[in-house]
Amino acid sequence: MTTDPAVAAAVADAHRREWAFVLAATARVTRDLDLAEECVQDAYAKALTVWGERGIPHRPGAWLTTTARNRALDELRRNATLRRTLPQLLATDDTSPEPGPGADEDAADDYPDDRLRLIFTCCHPALTEEARIALTLRLLCGLTTAEVAHAFLTGETAMAARITRAKRKISTARIPYRVPPAEELPERIDAVLTVVHLLFTTGHTAPVGDDLIRRDLVERALDLARMLRTLLPEDAGVAGLLALILLTDARRETRSGEDGRMVLLAEQDRTRWDRAAIAEGITLVREALVRRPPGRFALMAAIAAVHAEAPSWQETDWREVVALYDLLVQIWPSPVVALNRAVAVGFADGPATGLAELDALAAEPQLAGYGYLAATRADFLRRLGRVTDARLAYEEALLLTENTVERDFLTGRLRELGPPDAR
Amino acid sequence: MAQYLILIYGDETSWAAAPPEVVERVHAEHRAFQARNAGAVLGGNALHRTDTATSLRSDGSGGDNGAGGPTVTDGPFAETKEALGGYYLVEATDLDEAIAVARQVPAPFGGVEVRPIRVID
Repeated sequence: MTTDPAVAAAVADAHRREWAFVLAATARVTRDLDLAEECVQDAYAKALTVWGERGIPHRPGAWLTTTARNRALDELRRNATLRRTLPQLLATDDTSPEPGPGADEDAADDYPDDRLRLIFTCCHPALTEEARIALTLRLLCGLTTAEVAHAFLTGETAMAARITRAKRKISTARIPYRVPPAEELPERIDAVLTVVHLLFTTGHTAPVGDDLIRRDLVERALDLARMLRTLLPEDAGVAGLLALILLTDARRETRSGEDGRMVLLAEQDRTRWDRAAIAEGITLVREALVRRPPGRFALMAAIAAVHAEAPSWQETDWREVVALYDLLVQIWPSPVVALNRAVAVGFADGPATGLAELDALAAEPQLAGYGYLAATRADFLRRLGRVTDARLAYEEALLLTENTVERDFLTGRLRELGPPDAR
Repeated sequence: MAQYLILIYGDETSWAAAPPEVVERVHAEHRAFQARNAGAVLGGNALHRTDTATSLRSDGSGGDNGAGGPTVTDGPFAETKEALGGYYLVEATDLDEAIAVARQVPAPFGGVEVRPIRVID
């Protein structure tokens, strides 16, 4: 049997837009993530045939939620043993309204939006960062274990074990299925934002492989940031992260050339940047910066906004960039931020000053083995005309990256320096 | 409701070197903690130092004692810089609540670990 392409497209679209909502609403019934996932997968499979026969419902998410929840209730009713072995795996505080099991699709808005509960459960600080990312991709984005494994270049068996272990911890240690109370919220939101940001950066510059950008991960991160913005419209950190993703991703078309070669910010064709994304991002940055002191993502987004608004690399307001990095270093004193600050100093005050700032960071253990430090040193040395030192630094940078596109870029720069001195 | 064991770990050398007023202050903090969390704390104790510990190994790693039973040795089961120094057994509805209690446990020379109690029926 072949599926009508329009139906297949509608199901795929609903998968991307509605998965988290449907799963979160179903988990409230099952109080078990595995059973909820099974019922939701089943509902999507059913949609392929039922929508083909009866037409696409006008509210696909509601149809899917009703179908998944009914299946879950059936399972629980039919299998009393199952119910007994699932002793409230997820503790909910049942304060929000719960419609009866018979709610039909027209009563869609009656389903409480449980996505925030699901997000905070997946990104609970008692789980490892790897587990948080894997659960987020699996439960909020609806990726299969194989897809999650592929996203992180891990074997499927290892990823399945990681997800199973995380789910077991959620149920055994009783990580609650709940939105944290107000006093814990800032810290917990930050943990969620960190996961989404990590997904984005992993996609934005893939650590290994032949492509510079993992489009799928970037799209997922953007979807998640938009979801958070809908669910937490007042939160400045959320606004900052969405702005950062939009402003950085606005340059996607220009970050690599037709031959796949990496193109630096300095050489990118700014006329091809996504102006709509930049406009949206800048509006969000302004909103995010209202909060004092501004958060980490708001400051990073503000830096991206300075670049987005500069007509050219030469005309970039480097003083403003350095000033923003000065603020960022105070609230987020990571060596990588210090390194980026040194880069900006190198343009605001010249490569000699930048190089001095870089060399002050050379002893940072966290930066040892970080190719970007060597690549930046190489660039400063090249601009200072110190060809031999620059060559050594490029060679060091080459040893430290496995991304083919980055390697090609560094090799090109090395070649431009000319052959090593024959003496 | 569920039960959790909060295990208190700390560096014994730092404890041994602590002046009496520090030791007394930490003890006072524990008493205050217990009073504040009387509803959640089901029990708890401080332990003597690991140099008073005796371990019994059944996995054969302690050598053969010739009798076939566990080997009795001097010292803690695992040698770690931060040793188990005490515990509280607490009741909580979920991990967040247990963490909220655990946050208040005085542990100046280390930290605490929260473990869910497993019910075996």
